[in-house]
Amino acid sequence: MSESQPPLVRVRGVDKVYHRGSEDIHVLLNLDLDVHPGEFLALMGPSGSGKSTLLNLIGGLDRPSQGTIEIGGERIDEISSRQLAAWRARHVGFVFQFYNLMPVMNAERNVELPLLLTHLNRGERRQHVETALHVVGLADRSRHHPRQLSGGEQQRVGIARAIVTDPTLLLCDEPTGDLDRKSGDEILGLLQALNREQGKTIIMVTHDPHAAQRASRIVYLEKGQLVSERPS
Amino acid sequence: MNGLINWFVQVTSLTAFNLRTIPERRGSALSSVIGIAGVVLVLVGVLSVASGFRRAMVSSGSPSEAIVLRSGSDSEMTSGLGRDEVRVIEDAPGIARDASGPLASAELFVIINLPKRSTGTDANVSLRGISPAAYAVRGNVRIVAGRRFTPGRNEVIVGAAAAGQFAGLDLGQDIRIGQNDWHVVGIFTANGDVSESEIWTDASVLQPAYHRGDTFQSVYVRLASPGDFKAFKDSLTTNPQLNVTPVRLSDFYAEHSTVVTEFIQRIGVVIALLMALGALFGALNTMYSAVAARTREIATLRALGFGSGPVIVSVLVESLALALVGGVVGGVAAYLAFNGHKTSTINWQTFSQVAFSFAVTPGLLARAIVFAMTIGLVGGLFPALRAARTPIATALREV
Repeated sequence: MSESQPPLVRVRGVDKVYHRGSEDIHVLLNLDLDVHPGEFLALMGPSGSGKSTLLNLIGGLDRPSQGTIEIGGERIDEISSRQLAAWRARHVGFVFQFYNLMPVMNAERNVELPLLLTHLNRGERRQHVETALHVVGLADRSRHHPRQLSGGEQQRVGIARAIVTDPTLLLCDEPTGDLDRKSGDEILGLLQALNREQGKTIIMVTHDPHAAQRASRIVYLEKGQLVSERPS
Repeated sequence: MNGLINWFVQVTSLTAFNLRTIPERRGSALSSVIGIAGVVLVLVGVLSVASGFRRAMVSSGSPSEAIVLRSGSDSEMTSGLGRDEVRVIEDAPGIARDASGPLASAELFVIINLPKRSTGTDANVSLRGISPAAYAVRGNVRIVAGRRFTPGRNEVIVGAAAAGQFAGLDLGQDIRIGQNDWHVVGIFTANGDVSESEIWTDASVLQPAYHRGDTFQSVYVRLASPGDFKAFKDSLTTNPQLNVTPVRLSDFYAEHSTVVTEFIQRIGVVIALLMALGALFGALNTMYSAVAARTREIATLRALGFGSGPVIVSVLVESLALALVGGVVGGVAAYLAFNGHKTSTINWQTFSQVAFSFAVTPGLLARAIVFAMTIGLVGGLFPALRAARTPIATALREV
């Protein structure tokens, strides 16, 4: 982590309002947040506090109602949907709570998916996939389909898919939420290793204080606002 | 350029992904395929009646044959020509000749009632009196059983289609028409044209039997070449002794098939459209289910960076693929069920029965496939738009 460098993620004055009928629901209120390169940040807070919404905004899956979001110096709240999709493909790796793997594809093909959006040829893609599966310890399970893998293994495939394009930012939404403690610990260890050994910047949403302890910094949200933060 | 290549890569990978997930949704996919196949089956089935009828009528005339009717007549039923007029017509330029003279056959035409073999109900059948040159004029008449009738006798030869459709026309049987008995001495074919629905006899025998004196209703001629029609026509229409209309036989039969074929086609299209509406909802349901079942998968792909356009195209391609399968299945089923099925119907322009075979033509199958694909396109469009428009963050939360 390098706090001397400018922040990789700069969130300023962000509001997010959802409209339900005539009712406005303020999920995020005038929120500011910086995340520096190489940080492993845990976002915690009760249900409905806005942590997943914030993660979605940082990942370019949603747009703020107000305020700015800058990633690596680029204002992602200003670019078109098409540019945003291309930006996500280049810069963000997502890890989902329920893995979100394609059930008809084996592990190798699932990991290859984001590479289809690059200019790599088939051989280069295969090489990247092998490396990513090796990093998550699943090189020998590459031909297995999701249904043939345990929850922990599926999440490893999900992480391999997230890192295969070597993204700037790894966004994890409750990555251990569907796993038992042992598998969850293994996944957290893997994320920690990616952060420490490969310098990946990671933002992780979690309910679990035990999981949050693995992060280098913990930020608490409540009713759409940052209420406290501390190093883990 | 790179953007376009990237777009196609996205489309192909998403489409391949969608198509590979079809087995997981085989129930809804199968119902869509069966629904569309049913529509195509009915559409092709009904339209094959029209195309079979039209084929029988149109194949009856070649550009080298012509028919001469009295001016103002649009069918043989309303025409009348005297012996003197027939002689003048036979001498016209452009008519082919053989050793016996000009290839022209003065003919008369009456409608008789015979029971249908299938229902036992009476149907109008054409009994045609021909001249000796009629075989050479038609050129395609072959006796397939028995022999030609002997001129001057109450003998008839029966078209193969008529023999199959109407009772009492088997070789060797006698049929009673009016006050006379007629002996069936031969069965003939004529390449499946409308003549096969007729009974032929000697015109000189038929005239007194029906108190027609020495009159005919038409003269069929074979031209020396198709190009001779204009000279032939001009000589007849400018001859002050005549008041006749010469028409190429191919045009004559095409015109005579329009009422029936257009009626059948309209009925067919209306039935098919009604069924298509049902199939359309089936396709919509299938594709909505398909998209709904994969909401999170599609959202995941979009989160990874796949664009909305490729998502729309991939869903549409899947819908079109299902429709294509349905169309092909329906087309093949229609071909097996209907093609060549023999029947007869009344031609309202001549008030006589025309026996013909249902014809499932390549053109008809192509139209049906296009129709099926249209159902698939419309059925896939709205689910595709839904898949592309649902906010990613919302879709990722759906289970």
